[in-house]
Amino acid sequence: MLKLPVYLDNNATTPCDPRVVEAMIPYFTENFGNAASRNHPFGWAAEEAVDYAREQVAKLVGADPKEIIFTSGATEADNLAIKGVFEMYASKGNHIITATTEHKAVLDTCKHIEKLGGEVTYLQVKADGLIDLAELEAAIRPTTILVSIMYGNNEIGVIQPIREISAIAKRHGVLFFTDAVQAVGKIPVDVQKDGIDLMAFTAHKMYGPKGIGAMYVRRKNPRVKVTAQIDGGGHERGMRSGTLNVPGIVGFGKAAELARLEMDQDASRLSKLRDKLESELCQIEETYVNGNREHRLPHVANISFKHVEGEGLLMGFNKNIALSSGSACTSASLEPSYVLKALGLGDDLAHSSLRFGLGRFTTEEQIDYTIEHVRNTVLKLREMSPLWEMYKEGIDLNSIEWAAH
Amino acid sequence: MAYSDKVIDHYQNPKNVGTLDKSSKNVGTGLVGAPECGDVMRLQIEVDDETGVIRDAKFKTFGCGSAIASSSLATEWLKGKTVDQALTIDNMTIVEELNLPPVKIHCSVLAEDAIKAAINDYRVKNGLEQIKFEESIVH
Repeated sequence: MLKLPVYLDNNATTPCDPRVVEAMIPYFTENFGNAASRNHPFGWAAEEAVDYAREQVAKLVGADPKEIIFTSGATEADNLAIKGVFEMYASKGNHIITATTEHKAVLDTCKHIEKLGGEVTYLQVKADGLIDLAELEAAIRPTTILVSIMYGNNEIGVIQPIREISAIAKRHGVLFFTDAVQAVGKIPVDVQKDGIDLMAFTAHKMYGPKGIGAMYVRRKNPRVKVTAQIDGGGHERGMRSGTLNVPGIVGFGKAAELARLEMDQDASRLSKLRDKLESELCQIEETYVNGNREHRLPHVANISFKHVEGEGLLMGFNKNIALSSGSACTSASLEPSYVLKALGLGDDLAHSSLRFGLGRFTTEEQIDYTIEHVRNTVLKLREMSPLWEMYKEGIDLNSIEWAAH
Repeated sequence: MAYSDKVIDHYQNPKNVGTLDKSSKNVGTGLVGAPECGDVMRLQIEVDDETGVIRDAKFKTFGCGSAIASSSLATEWLKGKTVDQALTIDNMTIVEELNLPPVKIHCSVLAEDAIKAAINDYRVKNGLEQIKFEESIVH
């Protein structure tokens, strides 16, 4: 049976798996202790639960539990990794390399680093969203201390060549950090095989609760250190003070375990549904898939419907289908998605895009419903679009002198 | 952000979507906005030679729901007005009628600009001088 509304914004956040919630509940009520209370059973129960969850989380990404630092989420982990390395390795250098399509939590942290006197290189991406490895290598300087490239992109789902990137960084003695928020729990991520030194990820993108994330920090070959950004009681091996969010951590652990066990079947089911959605919608003329289609997360599709505007399109069905658009008509800036623009898409195509993020609870009926309603709305709005009419008349839209607005 | 009922109604049942013959002397066409900015409006008026009354008005809009609603409303208001009366349509009246939030005021400005552009196109076709409008404040 069709369940409405349809939720296809799983890159923004995922619902909590009921099994995760069930695991968390005792840690709000009976086992409410502070994991740092070392001298009574309430504290012991909390600490034991945290230790167990740390193992569950570590196992998902092939890490040692000691290498997992719990944070409030991935934004904090991004900040801690980048600022923490910048401070800790100040004597070695002050240069960081990242890419223009990174998440704002990385880009804005890098902007902050620049204000502190650091130097940052922002690599352009190719039209398919992947970075150019030769450009990365050429950007490395004697003062480079960190390469920060995301694993899978949140808007287009493109997966960067992580192993090649880490090999380049290693060859030059530079640390490699990856924001792996969209990848962990969705595709196999292994910090050893992938050669990752630091990594940020979060529970609420993998069917866990909000407000809990983690930073992976390598302990061997090389041993990586970061300067704490939050001072206090010295929790999390001094790297992140603050009373541990025990229920959140327990939920994160359960979510990680479920992801490890169910990832393969989720991924193969979702990639089939995604491909169906994509191939059906691409039968509409002048419709384009954004980003590399081969190196891509299994549950993401980003599609531009030329000559209709994204937000107007969403309005046609957003009571029943939750999606996000690359248009930013709601913001005062009127600037469309910087990620799509970085691919070299014109502003018009960036304004015309929708991001579909499928998830564990997405059904085939929901995808069929979405295909039908998106298609109908695109066709309806094109009948209303002056650009579509001009395109159909063979007028080159670039030849028109548009009034600056 | 929730849309007002009036915006939703115009979006779902837009009034006067279509195209008038832009080569006709009686038809004035205004095309404003830009694809890069995420909204383009084309608004057309057909004027009765003898009375100067706008007999028909049509629009096509590429943009968000508020842009579509603003242009749909503008065409409704234009019909039956003389060209001179049409010049008095102010973007803030559109804002009030549709309950547009501040971030959507530019949609109403665009609709007002489209009306003015259509009127000027009509005037030029009929040997009249273009009216010089002051720059809109909100862009």
